[in-house]
Amino acid sequence: MTSYRAAGPETLRIIPLDALTLVYHRASGITHVVDAPVPEMLEALGRDDLSVDQLLARLSERYDLLDADPAALAIRLDELVEAGLVERL
Amino acid sequence: MRHVAHLGIGPVGFRIGSDWRGPIAQLETLYRDYPKPSIPDFSVHLFAARPWRKYLRPSVMIGGDYTIPDAAPLPLAQGLLAAEMGMNLQMALAQRRYLLLHASAVERDGKAVLMTGISGAGKSTLAALLMARGWRLMGDEFVLIDPATGLAHGFPRLISLKNQAIAVAQAAMPEGRFGPLLPGTPKGDIRHLVPDARAIRAMAEPAQPALLLFPRFGFDAAERPVPPSEAFVRLTQSSTNYVHLAERGFDALTRLVQSVPARAIDYPDTDSGIALVEALA
Repeated sequence: MTSYRAAGPETLRIIPLDALTLVYHRASGITHVVDAPVPEMLEALGRDDLSVDQLLARLSERYDLLDADPAALAIRLDELVEAGLVERL
Repeated sequence: MRHVAHLGIGPVGFRIGSDWRGPIAQLETLYRDYPKPSIPDFSVHLFAARPWRKYLRPSVMIGGDYTIPDAAPLPLAQGLLAAEMGMNLQMALAQRRYLLLHASAVERDGKAVLMTGISGAGKSTLAALLMARGWRLMGDEFVLIDPATGLAHGFPRLISLKNQAIAVAQAAMPEGRFGPLLPGTPKGDIRHLVPDARAIRAMAEPAQPALLLFPRFGFDAAERPVPPSEAFVRLTQSSTNYVHLAERGFDALTRLVQSVPARAIDYPDTDSGIALVEALA
């Protein structure tokens, strides 16, 4: 099963500002300005290897998710893999 | 280059070489009270595209350490503008020590107000009029943020007044030193104003950023707070070297937007614009 983990903490600088959060990706030098749920996803993943369902379960424990949709979460994860903020294993 | 001027503006030294005497003579007159550092940070070249164009319909190509390919030359009558554009170009393309923001800035009691916006927002006009009201002008084009300290360094080159702003500034500063009127430039009529003696004397003194303003000219008076994330995005757009500075730029800019309040202001005329700035500062 595909699993995911956040990019190494040494490669990311995460600065929450207000409703939005800045993520500086050291490997690419690109600054990402992200909205919820991206910071929450990165924090929930950490360096653990989680499947989409495991990540969704962890997010559901921590937050009141209104639309707990694994397909939507998988799309978000793929976007973050593309940006280099999440690793697919 | 036959004709050369050395010029220090804020923390930056320039060497400006020219095929013609005219632009150098104008720089020497208008910048007569500025320091003349012997070791420049950047070089600007004003040169003829072809040897005969030095004399026949003379037109000025702008070059230097960094160039933009296919840049259009300016007529020799606008040689002063070419020199100013050349200096701006080197800063925009080559400045690496400081985070460069396309903004004007004024200072009072050690606190700097930074004003940024698109061309026509009134950055230069507001800065010039605030200078006339006793603020220290730090610059009308670029503000330099030191990533090591977070302090703002000035870059008080000649203030570039455009179109209607020329008469407004002349009325406010009848004793001001103005350069020649340059009609019909790519940005309309331009006339330069020499920063006052205090701005030149104090140009090496940095200041603590205290307020970020995003002015817009030509709208009913309005004011709203700008959240740090919006200020961050707008300032990355107004910086030419944010990407080049990499993590130093990220640190400098996050520190700025987290520590300094930001406001967007709309103003219908310069009087209300000045009143808004002074009420907020």
